[in-house]
Amino acid sequence: MSLELKREDGGIVITKMDDLLNWARLSSLWPMSFGIACCAIEMMGSMASTYDLDRFGVFPRPSPRQSDVIIIAGTVTFKMAERIRRLYEQMPEPKYVISMGSCSNCGGPYWQHGYHVVKGVDRIIPVDIYVQGCPPRPESLIGGILELQKKIELESLLNS
Amino acid sequence: MEEASQLTEFGKIFIFLVMGILFVLFTFFLGWLVALRKPNPLKLSSYECGEEPTGNSWIQFNSRFYVVALIFLLFDVEMVFIFPWATIFSQETLLAADNRWGWLTLIEMFIFIGILLIGLMYVWKKGDLNWIRAENILLAGPGKVPMAMYARINDTDYKVREFYMGSGDEQAIIQAENKPLAARPTFRPQFKKTLE
Repeated sequence: MSLELKREDGGIVITKMDDLLNWARLSSLWPMSFGIACCAIEMMGSMASTYDLDRFGVFPRPSPRQSDVIIIAGTVTFKMAERIRRLYEQMPEPKYVISMGSCSNCGGPYWQHGYHVVKGVDRIIPVDIYVQGCPPRPESLIGGILELQKKIELESLLNS
Repeated sequence: MEEASQLTEFGKIFIFLVMGILFVLFTFFLGWLVALRKPNPLKLSSYECGEEPTGNSWIQFNSRFYVVALIFLLFDVEMVFIFPWATIFSQETLLAADNRWGWLTLIEMFIFIGILLIGLMYVWKKGDLNWIRAENILLAGPGKVPMAMYARINDTDYKVREFYMGSGDEQAIIQAENKPLAARPTFRPQFKKTLE
């Protein structure tokens, strides 16, 4: 974020509304953790004490009403796709989507013969960040979240 | 000369409360101001873990809990009375004033708890602590059918055949005992043409 003027001695920070809002949003990305397959284990691992996603203000929420980002961690079946769509719609604006792992990126190992798998969660909901891997290591997920923070930094109230 | 404050101590608390309420309202207002609002029917529907909400949320609550709640309230109030009693029970100033104080309060409390225990016993005796269950009432009348009739039916209709040990002609014996069975209707597949 670009603070226009920051004076340590006076205790004054002058900034733009956009920057302040973006800073607030990217510093507390509460994910609605949608663990639907083995990627969820890695997601849990990255939220636990070893990788501690709480450092980035990422704190899992049980309800879409309280969350900013939905982490699709796993294989999206057609049966689940309906639910994902509904949960995504129930999240308040602004909302972001992290697609975690090959399955939710493009169908993964089920890309050809998986009759029951949606070939990429981006066919149901708009995805902001794709995290590659099968499953991705926690470092990758953290990288994805940092990328999402960079994306939020560039947002503006005017074009949202 | 010390200047007297125009605010009493309660006045300060009042200002604190007013400022607290105003601050919360102001924060809500700010949130309302900058929040994006894009409502759609799916978003406004109630959250049911991604499932489609069905049924009415006004459900009937089990009336069994009513009695349990009442009894709980009784003993909850008992605790409310015991706590202040416990604070003055062993106060040394009161004990020093009259050394009968300890015994007096102890006996009083035992009487109080005793009365409530009688209530508990009453409730127990009345069966209000039991979980109300549906009772299965078996309508068993005096049997008019004599046992000999059952025996006769068993003899005629459900006769136990003798056991034959591998002589090879069981089928012939069974067929000789039984009347020939009427030919059963065999399965015939039917193919219906459906007009679409």
